[in-house]
Amino acid sequence: MKARFWLPPVLAGVLMMALWYAVIAAFDISPYVFPPPHEIAKATVDKAGLLFSALGHTAWAAVLGFALAVTCGFAIAVLLASSGLLKRAFYPWVLALQMVPVVVLIPVFVIWFGAGLPSIVAITFMISFFPIVASTTLGLVSTDHGMRELFETYHASRWQEIFHLRLPYALPHFLTGVKIAATLAPIGAITGDLLAGTSNFEAGLGYLILLFRQQFYPAAIYAIALLSAVLGFVFVASVQLIAWLALRHWHESSQPGE
Amino acid sequence: MPVAGSVRSIMVSSHHIAAAFRDVTKRFGETAILEDFSLEVAGGEFVSIIGPSGCGKTTLLRLLAGLTEPSGGEITQEGQAGRSAYIFQDATLLPWRTALRNVELPLQLAGVSRDERRQRAEELLKLVGLSDATLKYPRQLSGGMKMRVSLARGLALQPSLMLLDEPFGALDAMTRNRLNEELLDLRERQPFTALFVTHSVSEAVFLSNRIVVMSGQPGRIAVVETIDFPYPRKSALREQPEYYEKVAKVTGLLHQAEEVVA
Repeated sequence: MKARFWLPPVLAGVLMMALWYAVIAAFDISPYVFPPPHEIAKATVDKAGLLFSALGHTAWAAVLGFALAVTCGFAIAVLLASSGLLKRAFYPWVLALQMVPVVVLIPVFVIWFGAGLPSIVAITFMISFFPIVASTTLGLVSTDHGMRELFETYHASRWQEIFHLRLPYALPHFLTGVKIAATLAPIGAITGDLLAGTSNFEAGLGYLILLFRQQFYPAAIYAIALLSAVLGFVFVASVQLIAWLALRHWHESSQPGE
Repeated sequence: MPVAGSVRSIMVSSHHIAAAFRDVTKRFGETAILEDFSLEVAGGEFVSIIGPSGCGKTTLLRLLAGLTEPSGGEITQEGQAGRSAYIFQDATLLPWRTALRNVELPLQLAGVSRDERRQRAEELLKLVGLSDATLKYPRQLSGGMKMRVSLARGLALQPSLMLLDEPFGALDAMTRNRLNEELLDLRERQPFTALFVTHSVSEAVFLSNRIVVMSGQPGRIAVVETIDFPYPRKSALREQPEYYEKVAKVTGLLHQAEEVVA
């Protein structure tokens, strides 16, 4: 890799780190209020066992909720796109329900499913489901007019049109929804764990936030923030990679420099 | 069945009608696009349709292809309706399929087996000079190459009638001339009757044995001009004084037709 690509972000990182220490030194800030980077690194190492098992639980909940959202989101979108009436009746509701902040529903899920994994998965599902439905439905109903006429001149059956035209045409839209869902799923899993997690051996990152707050260990909370960012990054990068592989030959969004 | 593309065989075959409009009217709401339009196209003919924008040229092709229904009158085609192919103004290639798989599409939709359609598509791409581009995706192809793929796809089911809706309108003049020659060449090798909509008089004169000049609106036939340069026509035809004269004459007819509207 060329230095002009990796050097600026590395330098910026070093600069921000230096600023961090400088601010702490200049204003004599207590490490409990604003711990310096090495304290966070130390907390990560000290609490590694707890942190990484929690990361595993949260990642698992995120994957489950996300997979459920992708499957159901796609199926619902196909259903909505299959009939003009269904789409007119329900699509506005999909858009409206997207506006409901999912945290509001957490107590409801806890009543339904009890605290722990099922509720956390439900929350992750709810937060990632709507973008997939909205985006995929849009892709399925906006098939290029000329291409549809082409299929008409070849007397293609309804199923041929769906498989050879509508689904491939909607693929980039579907993947856009999936990418949005991938950024939301880890947030959903952590929020869910924070508000519906349990203290037993299944503790995730959200539950550890509560634990470290009780122990007044802010450096460890920063360590959780760091691990959450890593989890989110891995999640999004994996989905981006899959999307790129699926579209690399033909779609504008997978061309370099665009 | 289609006939060989030489002049003689066109003359001989001109008894049977490949496509016909009889008193066809087409309205969109209150607006009449076509009114009492009648035209017969004989088997093996190359008929171009020119006229001012909005005179219903494209509607004629869409009616024949069954993409829209007439408001009145009768449209007939020899054989089954499915024996015609429609070439759209933009190539309308599926961007997720390679050139080869785009050409395969009509065969696939018709249930032709995988091996057979692959072989046929390869032959067709060879016919349009794209043997080297079979595995390229549409975004990797130039405008002219895309249109060649579109023509190859159009020929896949061996249509007896080709409906071409300004297929070369978006191309630069050089590419357009070359594709005009290639289109005639294709017709020599795989004969078809052509109904060709264009805005370009010189293109129409080069390609056709009849030019239908339309006036609008509603669309009617203003005049029909016969072009009797013998086929096969080569690019040298464009340098002949007779060709210039014909282009000038048809341009004049087109202007008269446009004045009718004004």
